[in-house]
Amino acid sequence: MRLEYTERQKKFRTEVREWMQANVPKQALKSFDTKEGFEQHRAWEGKLNEGRWSAVTWPKELGGRSSDLIDWLIFEEEYWRAGAPLRVNQNGVFLLAPTLMEYGSDEQKARFLPRMAAGQDIWAQGWSEPSAGSDMAAIRTKAILDGDHYVINGQKTWSTRAVFADWCFGLFRTDAESQRHHGLTFILHPLSLPGITIRPIKQLNGLPGFAEIFYDNVRVPVSNRLGAEGQGWNVAMATAGFERGLMLRSPARFQKTAQNLIALYQKHQVRADRDPSIHEAVLKSWMDAEAYALSTYQTASRLLRGGQIGPEASTNKIFWSELDLLMHETAMRILGAGGELMPDCAAASESGPWLDGFLFAQAGPIYAGSNEIQRNIIAERMLGLPRA
Amino acid sequence: MDFTFTEDQLALRDAIHKFLMVEAAPEMLREIWETEIGRSAELRAKLADQGLTALSVPEAYGGMGLGDVDWVLIQQELGYYAIPDSLTATAYLAVFISKALPENSSLKSHWLPKIADGSARVAVGHPINPYVADAANADLLLLWRDDELHWLKPTDAKLTLHASIDASRRLYQVQWTPTDKSRLFAAEQGKALWEGVINRAGVAIAAQLLGLAQRMLDLGTDYAAQRKQFGKPIGSFQAVKHHLADVAVKIEFARPVVQRAAHALAQNDPRAAIYVSHARLAAGEAARLAARKSIQVHGAMGYTWEADLQMFMKRAWALDSTWGDAIFHKGRIADAVLAQSAALGPAETFTH
Repeated sequence: MRLEYTERQKKFRTEVREWMQANVPKQALKSFDTKEGFEQHRAWEGKLNEGRWSAVTWPKELGGRSSDLIDWLIFEEEYWRAGAPLRVNQNGVFLLAPTLMEYGSDEQKARFLPRMAAGQDIWAQGWSEPSAGSDMAAIRTKAILDGDHYVINGQKTWSTRAVFADWCFGLFRTDAESQRHHGLTFILHPLSLPGITIRPIKQLNGLPGFAEIFYDNVRVPVSNRLGAEGQGWNVAMATAGFERGLMLRSPARFQKTAQNLIALYQKHQVRADRDPSIHEAVLKSWMDAEAYALSTYQTASRLLRGGQIGPEASTNKIFWSELDLLMHETAMRILGAGGELMPDCAAASESGPWLDGFLFAQAGPIYAGSNEIQRNIIAERMLGLPRA
Repeated sequence: MDFTFTEDQLALRDAIHKFLMVEAAPEMLREIWETEIGRSAELRAKLADQGLTALSVPEAYGGMGLGDVDWVLIQQELGYYAIPDSLTATAYLAVFISKALPENSSLKSHWLPKIADGSARVAVGHPINPYVADAANADLLLLWRDDELHWLKPTDAKLTLHASIDASRRLYQVQWTPTDKSRLFAAEQGKALWEGVINRAGVAIAAQLLGLAQRMLDLGTDYAAQRKQFGKPIGSFQAVKHHLADVAVKIEFARPVVQRAAHALAQNDPRAAIYVSHARLAAGEAARLAARKSIQVHGAMGYTWEADLQMFMKRAWALDSTWGDAIFHKGRIADAVLAQSAALGPAETFTH
């Protein structure tokens, strides 16, 4: 056990810090769930890529730095420390890319990854359907082979970023007779294809952060298939593993929020201390953010020594989503009256970001596999309890 | 940066785990409860055979010369099996205190070899704990008063036994009079030494609480897998599953906190005290939740004397408030985190 950074790691941190200081936009970007904000964030992805920072863990030849997971954690710490923008291409860079690297052909990697790194293609997810939410194996949208194309008919929903994104990845039923997780195939397609209709869905904040996607005889070339036909479930599970495992939410994000919460509390401490449970929640926020960071460093160290991510990864999703709720609820309690003001109100300069985060925190225990599903996974695969 | 244990550390942990599985069954704990002194010479001899009494005694005094990071894994096992022994006070805390003494001190030359071979027991007392555990069963008492550290024979003090809800604990009120002869360290040094002791006791207890939490989770999981109602194991019902999953989450995120605290002590990290208090709070929360959820899953059986769960619950409840209770440890966290100069946020997790 050696809990200090090597000279190389310290130099790497300095390099990230200096680049962020010089390049992070001084003025906050608009929400990436607006057309204007989306393009601002796309430009930021391009800027990151110019510095070769958009996907540090990717191999060098694909635009990354071949960084290991400790370097990734250092990068993320500096990224959040600098207050850099949210990653509009998170679906692509952190979720699809690891799957592409594992299952994609060389041709597919060369075709998709560099454009993804540069923000030229922003990716949306196509998992859920009206009847397939937590029960993802209930997917019904069909992609039937016709010559060298799949013909897609059906509907996806809750597709994050789909309103403005360029491409979508998801699971489709290529065997019309198949049941459950058999006969599913992982397919990538542009969102601009003929036959696709996108209907934006407004989220709690009034912005269209996700969408329904309707497919009417949409033709997608077979070369857009990731992995073998009928193997989509396994391919998708690899993606889901990364998502709740390690890279969806880096600890630095929550450490930054905890730090901001402490500052907010200190500013309002005289009033806030009239409710001692706020003091308690502030301390717990710092401790849990720290615990999440330590756990991630430990997992990263273990993986670097050849370990594997197991079902314990499901504990991550529960831990950070509940922490995020705790921190934002506490902030709203400290802000009290006036906390309700819309974030873009002139009078909401202090409370606005907290309200934004508070709303988003409501989604944490729901997306990427609801926390109930995660608890089932923990109970069945980690503790070995019988299935229902 | 490498947050893993060495192969040797893990192998020792695994060996102790297997050894205690055989040698420290719950029936043995119950037998020891019934004894007057609450401790077993036979068990102590077995722990010594495994090298645990010698773990951090310097090699020059017959020990293995290992440190805080080695101890933390062993402490988790001691908790998992709720080992009734004064091993921590003797082989960890007293040995740590002895390291501050000159080489010719008899605490070193006389007592360290006896500690290493398992033949001596030491009880350590500080006003933070109103009672001294195992005082009557000790060969030597190390006691703080007014920041001074004294050493005396139990026969030089008046001991009054008080019963604990954890029937394996023997708590004594110790009445004694400090003398020049009994003084081992004057106040200034005694106070500095106390910092090292409260933090090491803290990590040891946090690690034991982790082990206890894991044991209670395992007991609850086993029970839920076997007990049938409505024609199915109750562990197939989501409400029961989620109780136990919540415990698994708490343990998963307390473990690295405890292990980081042990590492910080080994490195003399200036932030060690904060990390130890964090470890105590995180592990205490995991153990309390494990007790609550495991008794719930056990149903009425969990409320009985007969079910083994009680031994682990009671140990956890008792330990959680020793060597600084939650009020003490939360206070230390508040002082550190709310200080104006506190280094917080991303990139501050490790002292670089």
